[in-house]
Amino acid sequence: MTVLTALARVAAATAGRALPTKTVRHVHLSGRPLVLVAAQLAGEACAPLAVLAGDDREKPNLLAVYEPRDRTQRFDFAADLAAIVLPYIDGYAGDGDVTDHGVTDHGAPGQGERADPYPDAPQLLVPNLPTVGFLRLLGRSTRFRQTEGEYAVHATVPLLGRWLTYFAERAEVTPSAQLLPVAAVLADHWATGQSAAEDANLAALLGWIDPPQGLTGLAAARAAEDPVRCPPAGPATDPAFDNEVLAPILREMHEATLAGDGARRGRARAATDRALRSQLEPTWALMWRAVDLLAAMPAAAHAEQRWLSDRWSFTSQVAWIREGGAPQARRDGAVAAARRLARLEREQQRLAVERAYDDPLVMAEYRMTGEAFAGVVTEAEQDRLEPGRRPVLRPLLTVATSDEVLFEPGAVLRSPARPGQQATVTEVVPPGTPGTSAGTAGGDGRTQVVLELKGGMGRSLTPPPGSVPALGEYVTYTSQRDDFRPAPKFPDKEDTPWTHGGPPPEYVPDDEDAREDWS
Amino acid sequence: MNSDQPPGHVEARLDRLRGRALPVNHNARTISALAANPGCARRALMDAAGVDKQKIAAHIGYPAPFGQSRFAITRGNAFEARVKENGAAQLLTLLRDQLDLDVTEVGYTDLGDVGGNLSRELRHVRTRQGLAGQDYAPRTLFDHPLLRLRVGGRHAYLEPDLIALRLDGSFHVIEVKSFPVIDGQADPGSVAAAAIQSAVYVRALRDLVTEAGGDPGRVSHETILVAPRDFASQPVATSLDVRKQLGVLDRQLVRMAKIEALLDPYPQALTFDLDPGDDGTPRRPPEELAAAVALVGASYAPECLTTCELCFACRAEAAGSTGALGKSVREDLGGIEYNAQALALARGQLPSAERAEIAVLLLRAAQLREQLLGAVM
Repeated sequence: MTVLTALARVAAATAGRALPTKTVRHVHLSGRPLVLVAAQLAGEACAPLAVLAGDDREKPNLLAVYEPRDRTQRFDFAADLAAIVLPYIDGYAGDGDVTDHGVTDHGAPGQGERADPYPDAPQLLVPNLPTVGFLRLLGRSTRFRQTEGEYAVHATVPLLGRWLTYFAERAEVTPSAQLLPVAAVLADHWATGQSAAEDANLAALLGWIDPPQGLTGLAAARAAEDPVRCPPAGPATDPAFDNEVLAPILREMHEATLAGDGARRGRARAATDRALRSQLEPTWALMWRAVDLLAAMPAAAHAEQRWLSDRWSFTSQVAWIREGGAPQARRDGAVAAARRLARLEREQQRLAVERAYDDPLVMAEYRMTGEAFAGVVTEAEQDRLEPGRRPVLRPLLTVATSDEVLFEPGAVLRSPARPGQQATVTEVVPPGTPGTSAGTAGGDGRTQVVLELKGGMGRSLTPPPGSVPALGEYVTYTSQRDDFRPAPKFPDKEDTPWTHGGPPPEYVPDDEDAREDWS
Repeated sequence: MNSDQPPGHVEARLDRLRGRALPVNHNARTISALAANPGCARRALMDAAGVDKQKIAAHIGYPAPFGQSRFAITRGNAFEARVKENGAAQLLTLLRDQLDLDVTEVGYTDLGDVGGNLSRELRHVRTRQGLAGQDYAPRTLFDHPLLRLRVGGRHAYLEPDLIALRLDGSFHVIEVKSFPVIDGQADPGSVAAAAIQSAVYVRALRDLVTEAGGDPGRVSHETILVAPRDFASQPVATSLDVRKQLGVLDRQLVRMAKIEALLDPYPQALTFDLDPGDDGTPRRPPEELAAAVALVGASYAPECLTTCELCFACRAEAAGSTGALGKSVREDLGGIEYNAQALALARGQLPSAERAEIAVLLLRAAQLREQLLGAVM
């Protein structure tokens, strides 16, 4: 955190409601996201209990596992979930059928390559980070299954596993918006008057951001901490619900099954559905409230550019699956892991710069540390030519700012308004310095910064209108820039050095994977 | 060996603090939670006296948010039973790889068998005899040991899952947990919690070996974590180095041993007694109890929300402090204690000399937020 966000939290605590820390929405928001709210059985590695899923807020689909420790029921549940998730994905993969898995008649690998990404991509919204983890494990426990032979599962189960794994991996890529934990997204855009640990509770967080009429954010958040009023957003359930409601219902279900009493079983199923709905529906409503809040914010310019990468990523994943590519391995090899890490770091860094360019409130963080300043153009020599054998256009600007400027002459800066243009600092005149070339600096307590501009003005010797800041314009300059940095070189997989275990064996899914217990 | 026993009047004062309630027994989890917030006098004092914090919190209107699902308990017990069945045969195979056990090391001793006598003192004596005996050869695994650790004024009895003894005479604490290790990776939070609990057992076992006249160095800081592999119930063993956790724990235990100094600032008559009626219902006026609790300073941090039964009461009390918003918020604000102070500086109040630096930043931050958001601070 920083002084700026810490102050926002302090101010929010005092005001009794959340305060914005961003002025634009830094994630892409789909017009038709697939919302998933999940619950799992406590104590198990990954025993799904229920999911509310759907892309229509009026029609959540409840999928429940009536005997969560029963292997067959789990795979039936996975198949039910696949019947919602896969058609949703299909809707974005235009010209084909994604559920048609394995080696298909879509042709040999390579033929499926497209010149353009699909026009849009699927987006999964879940309440929180633990639900992302739940989907990852659900993907892990289903993607290696086989659809034929002794341990056969429904044809769509391994495909669902591969897609869930894909989304969970995308969630680790910070700039990606394909699988978003909504609580984390909200907490990124607002400062509440509580701690980050408490912000992980979606209901409490929304209490601060959007309290019901007549309640302060604090009161709404405290009320939301009562698990009876606001059941947890999952995947962990409320222990009191487990002990007092769920346990008797599951026992009744078990006994009805043993007794072979169909009517009794039907009643138990209905009771289970009611109980699980009561736990998941409040969060379902919160999810759509969060969607509305986020949709009301204007999208950041770069968020849409980043979504383009998501569309590309989705497009190649569709191609990979259609061409019969193998499911994701259990673990990355050494080279793949290093490459992935380096990419994540580069993307993270680029994201930070993009967010600052998109959002003056993020840029303010850099202004606090002297890595950026904003002010008004007080002098502009727009047509200035640098003499030489061939004169070149080098306009000079003087910007007066009340920010603290730590740049030295020679520093190369950029402006979010004109990212293609370099500005080199030629002079910094601190406040109160009389009689310098920067003109009448002094009395008003502002620092004068003289900048020489280069690039982004076309080829002629007079800059096109708007390409150079005009007198009186409010401008921001920063040393932060998003330059292309070549990826570091990594050896090929075949050349993995012995220090890293040598070349890893080719990953081939085997029967062992398919047979794996899920108990 | 118990020369560090607190003097009688301290015992008496701790008894008075607790009042008529039976002392709450510590377990490895409560002891490791102590080490999480060593600066909290309220918790240290209540735990030293064996006060039931859960009941106190409920009576003053801030019931604790902790509960355990019976599904989790059932699963945990089932896994432990599976690991220990047939003389822990399956576990021995795992340990052979993990600890380089010789194939001849197959002994299994149940220390819980004390002829039906369930007294903790007796079980502890049996554990000491069993572990300190000289004939190692057939004894490799000890089940149901009962250890003892002095926490604050009193002995806490602890039950590690298993203790392994190698041919070379070194002891290893074994902790059985039911969280899964999937593709070689487990939840880091769960592993950290298991490590500090194991450290509590290592400390208690070292004390036992010392009391029996042995070398505490024989108790290894390498403990063994046994957890289910992937999505099944097959156990997998991993070794954990708990040296760091032992250091933290020792510092906190030493601090709690100086219970006299902790008690010193408070009136002799201070008590957290609930004044239970015949049916056990507390009769003490909640305001009076709350006042007694408030007398002892707490050091609330959001981390308490997962480790201490009194957390909601302390959080309400800490409202308006920067620390309640998180340690990092307080640090970013240069250690300013209260929100009101930070806001005053942000609005341009003249700072004291030691706050001059942060005051400049706060003023600047407030100006930027106002410039970009309008009236919103």
